[in-house]
Amino acid sequence: MADKIGIYVCHCGSNIAGTIDVEEVARWAGKNIGDVVVSKDYKFLCSSLGQQMIEDDIRSEGLTGVVVGACSPHLHEKTFRNACKRAGLNPFLCQMTNLREHVSWVNSDKAAGTKKAKALIFAAAERVKRQKPLEPMEVEVNPATLVVGGGIAGLQATLELADAGYLVYLVEREPSIGGHMAQFDKTFPTLDCSACILTPKMSEVGQHENVTMFTYSELEEVSGSVGNFKVKIRKKARYVDYDKCTGCGICTEKCPRKVIDDVFEAGMGYRKAIYSPFPQAVPRIPVIDAENCTWFTRGKCRVCSKVCPTDAVDYDQKDEIVELNVGNIIMATGWKLFDCKRIPQYGFGRLANVYTNMEFERLCNAAGPTSGKIVMRDGKTEPKSVAIVHCVGSRDVNSNPYCSGVCCMAALKFGHLVLEKTKAEVYSFYIDMRTPMKDYEEFYQRLLEEGMHFVRGKVAEVTDAARKPDEKGKLIVQVEDTLLGKQRRIPVDMVILMGGLEPQADAKELGLKCGISCSMAGWYTERHPKLDPVATMTDGVFVAGVCQGPKDIPAAVAQGAAAAARVAGMIAKGTVTIEPIVASIDEEGCSGCRICNNLCPFNAIEYDEEKKVSRVITALCKGCGTCVAACPAGVITGAHFNNEQIFAEIDGILWDAKPQAEVEIASV
Amino acid sequence: MSDKPKGKLALYWAASCGGCDIAVLAIDEKILNVAEAFDIVFWPCAADGKVRDVEKMDDGSIDVCLFNGGIRTSEQEYMAQLLRRKSKVLVAFGSCASEGCIPGLANMNTRKEVFDTVYKEGSATVPENPQDVRPQPATKMPEGILHLPVFYDTLRTLDQTVEVDYYLPGCPPEAENIWKAITAIRGKGVRNLLCEAPEGPSRQKVPDTFSAVIGLNTTVCEECPRKRGEKKIKKFYRTWEIIPDEETCLLEQGLLCCGIATRAGCGALCPAVNSPCIGCYGANDGVADFGARMMSALASVIDSDDPDEIRRIIEEGIPDPVGSFYRFSLAASQLRRKKKMQIA
Ligand SMILES: Cc1cc2nc3c(=O)[nH]c(=O)nc-3n(C[C@H](O)[C@H](O)[C@H](O)COP(=O)(O)OP(=O)(O)OC[C@H]3O[C@@H](n4cnc5c(N)ncnc54)[C@H](O)[C@@H]3O)c2cc1C
Ligand code: SF4
Ligand code: SF4
Ligand code: SF4
Repeated sequence: MADKIGIYVCHCGSNIAGTIDVEEVARWAGKNIGDVVVSKDYKFLCSSLGQQMIEDDIRSEGLTGVVVGACSPHLHEKTFRNACKRAGLNPFLCQMTNLREHVSWVNSDKAAGTKKAKALIFAAAERVKRQKPLEPMEVEVNPATLVVGGGIAGLQATLELADAGYLVYLVEREPSIGGHMAQFDKTFPTLDCSACILTPKMSEVGQHENVTMFTYSELEEVSGSVGNFKVKIRKKARYVDYDKCTGCGICTEKCPRKVIDDVFEAGMGYRKAIYSPFPQAVPRIPVIDAENCTWFTRGKCRVCSKVCPTDAVDYDQKDEIVELNVGNIIMATGWKLFDCKRIPQYGFGRLANVYTNMEFERLCNAAGPTSGKIVMRDGKTEPKSVAIVHCVGSRDVNSNPYCSGVCCMAALKFGHLVLEKTKAEVYSFYIDMRTPMKDYEEFYQRLLEEGMHFVRGKVAEVTDAARKPDEKGKLIVQVEDTLLGKQRRIPVDMVILMGGLEPQADAKELGLKCGISCSMAGWYTERHPKLDPVATMTDGVFVAGVCQGPKDIPAAVAQGAAAAARVAGMIAKGTVTIEPIVASIDEEGCSGCRICNNLCPFNAIEYDEEKKVSRVITALCKGCGTCVAACPAGVITGAHFNNEQIFAEIDGILWDAKPQAEVEIASV
Repeated sequence: MSDKPKGKLALYWAASCGGCDIAVLAIDEKILNVAEAFDIVFWPCAADGKVRDVEKMDDGSIDVCLFNGGIRTSEQEYMAQLLRRKSKVLVAFGSCASEGCIPGLANMNTRKEVFDTVYKEGSATVPENPQDVRPQPATKMPEGILHLPVFYDTLRTLDQTVEVDYYLPGCPPEAENIWKAITAIRGKGVRNLLCEAPEGPSRQKVPDTFSAVIGLNTTVCEECPRKRGEKKIKKFYRTWEIIPDEETCLLEQGLLCCGIATRAGCGALCPAVNSPCIGCYGANDGVADFGARMMSALASVIDSDDPDEIRRIIEEGIPDPVGSFYRFSLAASQLRRKKKMQIA
């Protein structure tokens, strides 16, 4: 049967038509590519009319293959495959080629763009002629879910799913769940007490019959795919028996070794070598910090073990790897603070009374090291003036170009707390005041009324080098006030640097483990920035909270709930359709050389000792093609990506390349 | 066989070592059966015959031509075209005709470099050549112009020159396979040979679905009795460096055994004598480039994640990748030859 190919070239408004002569491409393709029976251009192919046109042509012309030259298949492959399906053409006989991201958006020369578009269309047409109809497969969805990260986003996702009756495994790196929110005193803009709204959620998670927590644990390995992931979790040695410990806290009390707490107290306070990060920690089971414990470092002490009434301390505990099967994964690993030392002119780490925002959160926290008294590093003097510097490590090409989104509001929150708790004057040094969410602008107005001073300008320097008598013993903030249009030096007692939000140091590595990618800045990439913000390009892996990009608590919670809803939907449906693009081994041809046996990243290849052949377990195969490339006998075929199709595509791309002279006649 | 009318058989020898012609004789007494079934109309190696006799035959009058050797000169090219025209079935016989074989390795050099080696740097055949005389396609002499075949820059396989119907792999093909091929040709007709051809017999650009190769459609490991496990290779050895264990897969012991990628049919003769397969039966069906396949297979089982260590394992263990992986197939590979320097 001769092929009947339909070619459709989209204008995408002027997105494509602006730099490609789409009419010419369609006309040319109709004339020059073999077996093409229809070739059209259209304003918006993805519109219902555009789809209808393709469907009509399939029916009236009996098309056997469709080529759509438009945007990225990420966006619309499903759209056009479905259109074909509706018209009775197997969806895998539709091939998209990307004329937008690959041609028009990256090029301004119309002639060159048109030429490249022709080559891509030619390639797609040659390929589609060799494509085979494929039928999607259904796999069952394991109803258990893995949530990575026990900050507010992860907690919300966990509770939504657990309350719906589904099993959740929650993995948290720190000894307790809670995330950054547990460190705050108040939350903007309502100023409710952070602990008061967070700890009920934490204990609910801790006690939920459908939740299994793995705290002080990390995600080690992920294999499998949507519906059936296999994950390995490393439970780091706590040196305290989880089942025996009652959380009485005697060990912590008696432990002689004090350590600066760089994590929860942001370096502002101390903890013991055996500790639980804060009183409301969930779980209450402490951990021993072996790096600082006297027993581990010097072989003496064992006080904790002696005082423990239930004999729960176990110095010989080892890391443990737990294997779990889950159907979906939600990543909610949050953020880390910008290292304010990277901007040395602001003096953090050098000038005592320069603080980071997280230090200040602890300083004004009623449960913090000063019981919420705002005092300077000497531990007693109340500041008479406080400067808050915005955009430290945000909106700056030298550090991070993006806006961290929450610092302006946190700065206003700090201003309010300082004004409430002290008699100090408070100055905010901002570039732009960003208060777009519900009740945020009102909060800004409130601070204006409360008498906080606002200076618009990027701070150049914080210094202790006094030039005038009133600057002596003070920190001087040097800034260009862009509203007054002049340089100002404002002497203060205390400076708070609003450090920005940054991706976790291991975000990329962790993303790779579950097959999701990061933006340039390092935030996890969502499937679509507007229309699919919590799904990712890897089916069954979702993102929630700041790990996807800077946001405040309400947005993080909304994403946690959204991700949970997506997962619940999959569980409720019970099965997922997976693409039939998988590898298969021709058992007749397989010589049993076993080259492929160790390669599959999804463990989808098994070896049959009896028949001495290898086999692909279809349900596990993701069609990555690793084994296809490796099989020296060439007997593994990747459906939809076989040699014939790929070579045809290459030949198509090179349609106008002159074949290298096959014969050289000697010129002796 | 004898009740059928006798067929007409031709054999020819182009750029090859001559082993293929000898291999035909290695079918022993069965050669008599061949003679019984076929009139041998042209076989320069065994019987006198002139090109002009062939030229005079009717087109398509030879039933089967077994053609060994690659195409290196204009004369070989002419003979390939002539025999193609005169034969119903043209068989690329042996590795040289099928994939270039050892003569094809000269595609790593240009004609000038080949001539420099032979005529300038001195060799067994031309020990001294003070005037730097080189073969000329045409030399004017008082008596007239003398002609020599033109020596091409690139060696081509038979199917890069004319259309080929079937391939008989091997360097040389094993006697058993030759006999099988001949009986099949005579019995069922070649077209129904071991592999069924869905449409047209000649090798497609991408031999994906159809094989015109007279051989098995799997690789040497299938015929090799050694014990195989999952492969993880930390070091490659050259054959003189170790005496391999007789039972375990040679590749697992670090020897560059090409059995994994080489078409079966030989009976795994080399691994049977504790020597790694060197790949003379060529690629399996569906494999467009033997060397690339070998390399991607081996790259997949090198047991290290450290780029420096990987580089060391490869550099120390595989000093001659072309010789190791393209020994037989360079001319037929996707690259075909080493890139020639552009002459400005
Ligand atoms: C100074 C400051 C004040 C703020 N104040 C407010 C406020 O008042 N109101 C407001 O709405 N927002 C505020 N924010 C923003 C708020 O902090 C975030 O919106 C919130 O923390 C987002 O929660 P999350 O769950 O996404 O991330 P996080 O709170 O960072 O939680 C992530 C969790 O994942 C864990 N984790 C990380 N990596 C791994 C791993 N590999 N394996 C296992 N677990 C891992 C972490 O330990 C952590 O527990 C403030 C931000 C700053 C900087
Ligand atoms: S293509 Fe091969 S290696 Fe990749 S997932 Fe499938 S079986 Fe595994
Ligand atoms: S690599 Fe190919 S031939 Fe070897 S065992 Fe795997 S499928 Fe079989
Ligand atoms: S020794 Fe060679 S032919 Fe035999 S099993 Fe190993 S790789 Fe295959």
